[in-house]
Amino acid sequence: MSKGKLGYFNPQKPQENRITDIGPCHYGQMLPPVIRRNYGKWASHRILEPGLLVHVSETGEKAFTVRAAAARIMSVEHIREICDIADKHCNGYVRFTTRNNIEFITDSEEKAKALKKELDSRKHVGGSFKFPTGGTGMGMTNIVHTQGWIHCHTPATDASGPVKAVADVLFDEFKNMRLPAKLRIALACCLNMCGAVHCSDIALLGYHRKPPAIDHEVLGKVCEIPLVVASCPLYAIKPITTEDGKKSVSVNIEKCMYCGNCYTMCLALPLSDGPGDGVAILAGGKVSNRLSPPKFSKVIVPILPNNTPRWPEVTDVVKKMVEIWAKEANKYERLGDWAERIGWERFFEKMGLPFTHHLVDDYRLAVDTFRTSTQFKFTEHAWAVSKAVGGI
Amino acid sequence: MSIPGQEKQWDKEEKEHRKYNDVRIFDDNQLNNYTEDELKNYKCKHDISQLEQLESGPWPSFVSDLKREAVHRHKVGQDNLMIPADIVDDLLGIVELSYKERETHWKHGGIVGVLGYGGGIVGRYNDQQAKFPNIAHFHTIRVAQPGAKFYTTDYLRAFSDIAEYRGSGLTNLHGSTGDMVILGSFSEQLEPLFFDLTHDLGVDLGGSGGNLRTPSDCIGKARCEFACYDTMALCYDLTMTYQDELHRPAFPYKFKFKFDGCPNCCIASIARADMSYIGTWKDDIRINQDAVQEYAAGKIPPDGGGFAGRDWGKFDIQAEVINLCPTQCMKWDGKKISINNAECNRCMHCIDVMPEALRVGKDQGLSILFGAKAPILEGAQMSCMTIPFMYANAPYTSIKGVVTKVFDWWTEEGKNRERVGETIQRVSLKKFCEVLGIPPMPQMVTAPRANPYVFFKEEEVPGGFARDIDDYRSRHPR
Ligand code: HEM
Ligand code: HEM
Ligand code: SF4
Ligand code: SF4
Ligand code: SF4
Ligand code: SF4
Repeated sequence: MSKGKLGYFNPQKPQENRITDIGPCHYGQMLPPVIRRNYGKWASHRILEPGLLVHVSETGEKAFTVRAAAARIMSVEHIREICDIADKHCNGYVRFTTRNNIEFITDSEEKAKALKKELDSRKHVGGSFKFPTGGTGMGMTNIVHTQGWIHCHTPATDASGPVKAVADVLFDEFKNMRLPAKLRIALACCLNMCGAVHCSDIALLGYHRKPPAIDHEVLGKVCEIPLVVASCPLYAIKPITTEDGKKSVSVNIEKCMYCGNCYTMCLALPLSDGPGDGVAILAGGKVSNRLSPPKFSKVIVPILPNNTPRWPEVTDVVKKMVEIWAKEANKYERLGDWAERIGWERFFEKMGLPFTHHLVDDYRLAVDTFRTSTQFKFTEHAWAVSKAVGGI
Repeated sequence: MSIPGQEKQWDKEEKEHRKYNDVRIFDDNQLNNYTEDELKNYKCKHDISQLEQLESGPWPSFVSDLKREAVHRHKVGQDNLMIPADIVDDLLGIVELSYKERETHWKHGGIVGVLGYGGGIVGRYNDQQAKFPNIAHFHTIRVAQPGAKFYTTDYLRAFSDIAEYRGSGLTNLHGSTGDMVILGSFSEQLEPLFFDLTHDLGVDLGGSGGNLRTPSDCIGKARCEFACYDTMALCYDLTMTYQDELHRPAFPYKFKFKFDGCPNCCIASIARADMSYIGTWKDDIRINQDAVQEYAAGKIPPDGGGFAGRDWGKFDIQAEVINLCPTQCMKWDGKKISINNAECNRCMHCIDVMPEALRVGKDQGLSILFGAKAPILEGAQMSCMTIPFMYANAPYTSIKGVVTKVFDWWTEEGKNRERVGETIQRVSLKKFCEVLGIPPMPQMVTAPRANPYVFFKEEEVPGGFARDIDDYRSRHPR
């Protein structure tokens, strides 16, 4: 047990007792007995009800898993509560999924059901569920996200807040398994995309819309100007000397795409701007190879405002998109597969979303997205073009 | 043991890490020191009215959770904490300010860390230090997560004590890359915290910066019948083999390993790992025709019951499996399914639909794909199929051989802040194949090139590239 300011660390002899390069704890120490006994012997699985899975081993043994949601930012008090539950029902074992769900594994259906009931009964004093069970089968599972205003320097939106708002709106889809296929939502609060949002059914992406402000006072002193110049992928930054003789840089506003690479290199080029920043929505990506190959999400709404605390414009689009897809897609059809089958023109029509110039690629390799065929469907978007040239 | 040749040390069935009671920092009274009423009556010293609107609604509220930690810290008291007792209050306050202004108040990370490591800790400072002194520093510490994020409560409780005593008591479980993340420590607490982690928890930091990032894996053989190799064993082995690359940045940029047991890609390696290991098989899908009959008769629900929330009508093997198979390699005669396995591209659909009747083949291994990354800078890329099949048996000599070739080449050839996928794009896939010593294969591309701008190697052209104008002129006078 280490206590006090320095604990085991001795600043006079910093190398003393230093342990390094030991890596993670070996997973073998962490596996529940039913998992150890059947490691590599699993034969099949079923989802007994939303949030409750059974895996059947070749030995005949069964592992019952109860899956519950969690917010990714988690206090140790919450972790301790998870531990209490795991001690009571699961002999002191618990795991987390890639998408920030909590999984409790037991060896009997009875125990699993009691556990599930207990999880669903626990609420925060603020009213929300602490451990709502669900997230299985053809429904929405937890929304993966980044850090946002809680602790990152480049966000164009918050992460935990919009995620909470969207998950509240889609809560029934977490609790049920009534969608045509799985629904995977992700949020990244800037272009860096710490989460792999670029291959999600629905991706929310924080986006800046203004070039960096330039702090000429300090730039030359705190930043390496050649590195700053080199950091810009669009070659928009040039070294300058200001009128009062300071070394600094200029930004070509025409070229800048607000990516923030320069800010990453240099703190004298801050990017965030309350009214300018917002959220873009992308749709139709996936990572699984099932049926169709993995694909990128596509931008369907270029920007929506950061209307705190609940981002109503964002949740409206997301909810509508899920509803229309759920109603119209075939069984097994992911959102992107559906959009491709009906055509993106039809997708925009059904969604009632404007198709604006922002949505046509003009970055590198844009030509890959140009449609070079006569196969299209007529929608209002098409009539508008025909009218514009006097064709009809 | 289950997998021949991979007998596990944990057959002993005992927890080998230290027990919570041996390493705990707080006693039971300190841990259970507030009532539900005190939680209800908590008033943050800053206005947090917008954030409090995120407490309603069914989804677990991070605001409610943060408040709980705030109350707990107050009651534990500053004497028993190395980080400000009010740190969570100030965090709530600063986030509320961001909700009002819609701009972040976190400054650029400074360089912080522990002796001898070049990564694992990300510096974080606030730009409103006068108003929010308790979050002047708010560094994040990445802690290597165990395979597939399995934990004992002993371990999690000990982790929690450290994260509360030398951190804000807030964590990310887990960061996007997979680490356990301790939030909100101060510079002078980093070394003590690191010593606690290594000495008491027996765990190391994760990666950040231009190095190997903390590898992560799907649950694999531990609880998934689709797993074609032991993701946890391979992930652990490679993580330990490349500790130096993980802690001491020597790469042009970050490099990620991710391990998916099958093409369902639960860990999303194909979208986010520079080197994606995805399980696959090379023999035949195993078919249990009796179980197929049960599916046909509606006795077993498709997709393990994952569609149960809606009435999709009677399950129809022909329409839902045979006709959807992307390679059209399946047949159903009303009694038996047959598969032309040579034509199957192992998309997983039929197996996902009927896991009790169809199983992945027995001759299992993995494919390796390279180069996925998020859009910054050259645009998003997914990993490119490069190595179709390798057996994944310890000690993984051949796999490590591939890794070494890639690390050596990319460290040399990659530009600053260039992911390996971008390097491959810049110097060509052809060159990358040469680096790996592999021939090109049609499986690497969706189609052969359409433009004919082929670069030939000199040795491929009769007589080489050297030209003799006099010789030419002897046939073609000016
Ligand atoms: C020198 C420049 C950069 C610094 C100092 C920096 C700093 C940070 C910090 C401090 C965090 C963690 C925040 C926290 O946990 O409190 C972070 C997270 C992250 N950053 Fe950066 N960053 C930089 C550049 C970038 C760039 C250029 C990218 C991508 C292109 C990027 C992608 C990420 C990602 C993916 C995360 C993970 C977020 C998560 O797990 O949720 N960063 N960065
Ligand atoms: C100095 C630059 C960067 C820093 C400090 C940084 C930091 C991080 C961090 C902290 C994470 C998540 C780690 C975690 O939560 O455990 C992360 C993940 C990620 N980063 Fe970076 N990053 C940087 C640059 C980039 C760049 C340039 C790209 C893309 C080109 C990128 C793409 C990603 C992606 C896709 C993930 C998520 C992958 C995943 O979920 O595992 N990052 N990065
Ligand atoms: S996505 Fe951008 S703003 Fe969000 S945590 Fe990552 S680097 Fe920070
Ligand atoms: S924000 Fe991006 S595009 Fe704009 S100047 Fe900075 S680096 Fe260049
Ligand atoms: S990637 Fe495949 S093997 Fe791994 S957990 Fe997912 S379905 Fe199972
Ligand atoms: S795995 Fe995919 S390609 Fe292979 S038989 Fe099944 S559905 Fe067809």
